[in-house]
Amino acid sequence: MLNKVLPAPFLSLFLLAFWLLLQNTISAGLVILGVILAILIPLYTNRGRDFPATIHRPLKVVEYFVLLLIDILISNLNIAAIILMPSRKIKPALIEYPLDIVGEVPITVLASTISLTPGTITAEIRRDGRALLIHALNVHDPDKLIQSIKQRYEMRLKEIFKC
Amino acid sequence: MTQLPSWAEWLVSSLIIVGALFALVGSIGLARLPDFMARLHAPTKSTTLGVGGVILGSIVYFSVSASFSLHELLITIFLFLTAPISAHLLAKAGLHLELRRVENTRDLRTQPRQYSDEDD
Repeated sequence: MLNKVLPAPFLSLFLLAFWLLLQNTISAGLVILGVILAILIPLYTNRGRDFPATIHRPLKVVEYFVLLLIDILISNLNIAAIILMPSRKIKPALIEYPLDIVGEVPITVLASTISLTPGTITAEIRRDGRALLIHALNVHDPDKLIQSIKQRYEMRLKEIFKC
Repeated sequence: MTQLPSWAEWLVSSLIIVGALFALVGSIGLARLPDFMARLHAPTKSTTLGVGGVILGSIVYFSVSASFSLHELLITIFLFLTAPISAHLLAKAGLHLELRRVENTRDLRTQPRQYSDEDD
């Protein structure tokens, strides 16, 4: 029953928060209108969702987001330090990152995370979809980088999406 | 313009200055890093903190001077959604066009053909 009315509960929650942020005030009428929109829009667009993904551990998502914010902060400082020091010292590398997780949505989230964090950008996914190609700006030990990404992000995503 | 209490003035100005500094560092990086792939790193990362600082400043300013205001957070959400995607597309284009890379770039691909567009 609940699944019929709310096919995507987190999308609905996101839409409601988004609506209230857009309005920038909170009143009873606005919340009711927002709730109606948050229920109707997922119902109408559900047919178009090609890649359904279920979040199994909502609390872990919050933890993941906070961790990501802290890492983005650190990555900004790292990049700033690299930019301001002489450029011939950097050691860039193209690294193949073997994927443990499966599914379009989890892999997309992981790729975006890698792009947002210290000195790494996702450039391409291998044709069979089992590895990502990462460009790292300044890396001394590629294996250590792969291990740290696996432990920090991939393990958590695996728990969140159960894939 | 409304008068802010002095602690808020200090807070807002330092947030804006920090944000602007990171935006500046990002632009310097864009200009002086050695090759295309390395240049991509500067704008995708330093600008997130640059914009973040300015946005926090704006939130504090409007929350103190007028009513509580959070809709600047939408800018951050959009930035977090779009920055990795544009970086990914640019990196992909650079990879497929096989742009010149600095000599000390280590290529650790075991099967480079797996990442190219060409048909076997």
